[in-house]
Amino acid sequence: MKPKHQRLALAGAAVTALIVAVLLAMPAMKAGASFFYAPADLAAANVTPGQAIRLGGLVEEGSVERQPDGITIHFRVTDRLEAIPVRYAGLVPDLFREGQGVIADGSMDPDGTFAADSLLAKHDENYMPPEVADALAKAEAEAKARPVL
Amino acid sequence: MIPELGHFALWLAAALACAQLFGGEITLRRQDSRRALDLVVPAAAAQAFLCVGAFAMLIYCFAVSDFSVKLVATNSHTMKPFGYKLTGAWANHEGSMLLWVTVLAFFAGVAAFRATALGDRFRVRLMQVTGALSLGFYSYLLISSNPFERLTPAPSEGNGLNPLLQDPGLAFHPPLLYLGYVGLSIAFAFAVAALIERQVGPLWARTVKPWILAAWAFLTAGITLGSFWAYYELGWGGWWFWDPVENASLMPWLAATALFHSTSVLAQRDALRNWTILLAVAAFSFSMIGTFIVRSGLLTSVHAFAVDPERGFYLLVLLGIYVGGALALYAVRAGTVTAGAGFRLMSREGALVINNLLLSAILGVVFIGTMYPVGVEAITGARVSVGPPYFEAALIPLILPLLLLMAIGPFLRWKKTDSSKLKRRLFPVLIAALAAALIAVLFGIKSVLAITGVGIAAWLAAASIAMLRGRRDISTLGTSVAHLGAAILALGVTVSATGSLERTVSIGPGEVARMADFKVRMDNVEPLAGPNYTSIMSTLSISRGGTEFVLRPERRAFVRPMQQTTETDIAPLWNGNLYAVLGEGNGDGRWQVRLNWQPLIALIWIGGIITALGGMLAIYGRAAQRREDRRQALGSPAA
Repeated sequence: MKPKHQRLALAGAAVTALIVAVLLAMPAMKAGASFFYAPADLAAANVTPGQAIRLGGLVEEGSVERQPDGITIHFRVTDRLEAIPVRYAGLVPDLFREGQGVIADGSMDPDGTFAADSLLAKHDENYMPPEVADALAKAEAEAKARPVL
Repeated sequence: MIPELGHFALWLAAALACAQLFGGEITLRRQDSRRALDLVVPAAAAQAFLCVGAFAMLIYCFAVSDFSVKLVATNSHTMKPFGYKLTGAWANHEGSMLLWVTVLAFFAGVAAFRATALGDRFRVRLMQVTGALSLGFYSYLLISSNPFERLTPAPSEGNGLNPLLQDPGLAFHPPLLYLGYVGLSIAFAFAVAALIERQVGPLWARTVKPWILAAWAFLTAGITLGSFWAYYELGWGGWWFWDPVENASLMPWLAATALFHSTSVLAQRDALRNWTILLAVAAFSFSMIGTFIVRSGLLTSVHAFAVDPERGFYLLVLLGIYVGGALALYAVRAGTVTAGAGFRLMSREGALVINNLLLSAILGVVFIGTMYPVGVEAITGARVSVGPPYFEAALIPLILPLLLLMAIGPFLRWKKTDSSKLKRRLFPVLIAALAAALIAVLFGIKSVLAITGVGIAAWLAAASIAMLRGRRDISTLGTSVAHLGAAILALGVTVSATGSLERTVSIGPGEVARMADFKVRMDNVEPLAGPNYTSIMSTLSISRGGTEFVLRPERRAFVRPMQQTTETDIAPLWNGNLYAVLGEGNGDGRWQVRLNWQPLIALIWIGGIITALGGMLAIYGRAAQRREDRRQALGSPAA
C-alpha cells in the first residue's frame, strides 16, 4: 500500500473507531443516564417505577425517622412546594442532616415512595448542589406567582 | 512583607514570560536564533526560580499561620498539625493554581536547557510557546485568583481546612496530578514548535518522548493515589465512581497513553506524524478541560469544590485561545507535514495503531459520558447524570480487546513479523491464561465475564514476563513492568468487582454480626480526643477461620471547621480487604456498622503504582541508552 492510501485507510479506521464508540455509548446511555427531579417536578411527572432517577432538594425538618431495624431511615425531600417520602437503608453521609440539601439516587416504588440506593455527600459543608439550588429558586418563584386567594 | 514579595515575584515572572514570547520573536526576526536563545533561556530559568520562590513564600505564610493573608485565613488554623499547614498551601483553589504555574515554569526551565538536538530555532520556539502558556496562567492567577491577597484587619484565627483534606493521600495527590497535567503542556509546546518550524519527525519524537513518559508516569501515580484516598477516606467502599472530576483526570491519561505509544512509531518508523502531533495537542487540551471541569463546577460532582463561575469562564477563555490556536495552526500546517512511511498490520507499528484506535475510542466514550449532561442541559434544560452503568456497558467491550492486544504487541517486530514464530512464543502465554481461568472457576467464580477477565489478566501478565526473553535493555524492562502493572490492576478490578460483599448491621457492645465467614463482635464504643478533633471509636474483634484481628473505625468531629468525618478501618488480608465504617448511633446503645469484603482490591493500586514505575524505568532506560550511544560515538574514532 502506498503511504497516501495508508493515510486514507488510517483516517477511515479512526472514523470507524469513533462510530464504534458512539454505537457503544448510545444504548448504554439510555440505561445509564438518570434524570434529575425536584420534588414538585416528580409529583407532576409520570415516572415509571423502577426507572433510575435522581431526586434532589432539602431534607424536610422533622421528617427523619429511624426504623426499628436500626439501619433503614425514612425522610422527606422537599422543595417547599411538594415533599416526596424517601426510604434509604445504609449509612447516611456525614453531611446529611435536616434542613440541608441532599441528592438521592434511586427509583420510585409503585406506592409513591422514593427508594434511594445512595445519598450524595459533599466534601464541602457550605456547598449546595447547583441542581438543588436551582430547584429551590424555581419553587420559590412559583410559590410567589401563585394567586393568593 | 513576604506575601508582597511573593506577589511581586509573580508579576516579575509574568514579565519574563512576556519577554520570552515577544522578545524571542523580535530577536529571532531582527537578529539570529543564537541571540534569541541568549534571551529566552535565561528568562525561562529566572521564571522557574521566581515561581518556585513565590510558592515557597506561600508555604511559609501557611507555616507561620499568617492570617493577614486571606488564603491562609480561609484555609488554615493554628491548631492544625504542622504538616497539614504546609500541604494546606495547595489544598485550595489559588494555591493549587500557583502550584500549576510553578510546575509549568519549572518544567519549562528544565526544557530550556535540554531539547538541544532540535537546533536553536526550535528551542526558541519551544520557549516562546511555554512563555505564552505561562503568561495566560499568570494573568489568571494575578487577576482572578491572587494567592497573596491581604485581609485587613487580619483575623486572630483561621477558618481551618476541610478535615477530609487533612490526609497524607491528599497531600501528595494534587502535586503528582499536576506534574502529570503540566508535563503534558511541555509535549504541547513541543508539538506547536514542531508545527511552526516544520520539524515533525523521528528526532522530534525521540526528544519529546521522555517528557510524555514522565508526565504519564506522574499522572498514573496521581490518579492511583487519588483513587486510594477516595477508597479509605470517603468511606463509600469504592475506588472509582465515574464522577466528572475523576473522568477529568482519566481523559488526559488516556490521551497521554495513546501519545507515547504513537511517539514510538514516529521515532522508529517515521510514520503517524500528523496523528502524533494532533494527540500531543489533544492530551494537553484534556488536561485543561479537566482543570476547567474541576474548577468551574460545570458538572455536579461528588467531589464538588467550592467553585466560582467567573474563574471557570476565565479558564474557558484560556482553553479556547490555546487549544483553538494550536488546532488552527495544525489545520494550516498539517497539509505541509509530509506523509511518513507506510507499514503492515502484522507489525509492531500496526499493533500500536490499533492500540491508538482503541484508546481513542475509550477516550471518546469517557468524553461523551462526561459531557452528555452538559449537552442535554443546554438543549432541553433537563438535568441528567451519567453513572457507572453507562461507563461499564460501553467500556468493557473496548478494554478487553485492548488488554488482549497489549500482550501481543511487544512480541511483534517493527516492519513485519514472522507469524509462525509468534505463535510459538505465545503458546505458553495462552496456557497460563487458560490455567488462570481454570483456577478462577475452582475458586467459585461463576460469572463468564469475570472468568474472561481473570484469563485476560493472566494472559497479559504472562506475556509481559515472556516478552523479556532475549531482551535485556532497561526500556524493554520498563514496558514489561508497566504492562505487568496493568495486568495486576485488571485482575484486582475483575475479582473485587465480582466478589465483593456488603452488609450494614446495627449492633451494640457485646453483640455479634456475621458476614460470609467473618464473625464480627463489637467490643466497645469509646470517646477519644485528637489534636484538632474529638472522636468516637468502636473496637470490633473479627475472626475468620483461625485468623483474628481488630478493626477500629471512628467518627470524628472536627472543631474548625465544624465537620463530621468517618474514618474507616481496613484489614488487608492475603486475599482481600475487610473494610469497616462506623455509622451513627441509634440511641438505643446500638451503632450502625457497614462491612465490606473486597477480594484482591489492593491489587488495583499496587498495579497502578507498578505501571507508573514501569514508565519511570522506561525513561531511565532511554537516558542510559543515549549515554551509551554517545560513549560509543566518542570512543570509536580512537579505536
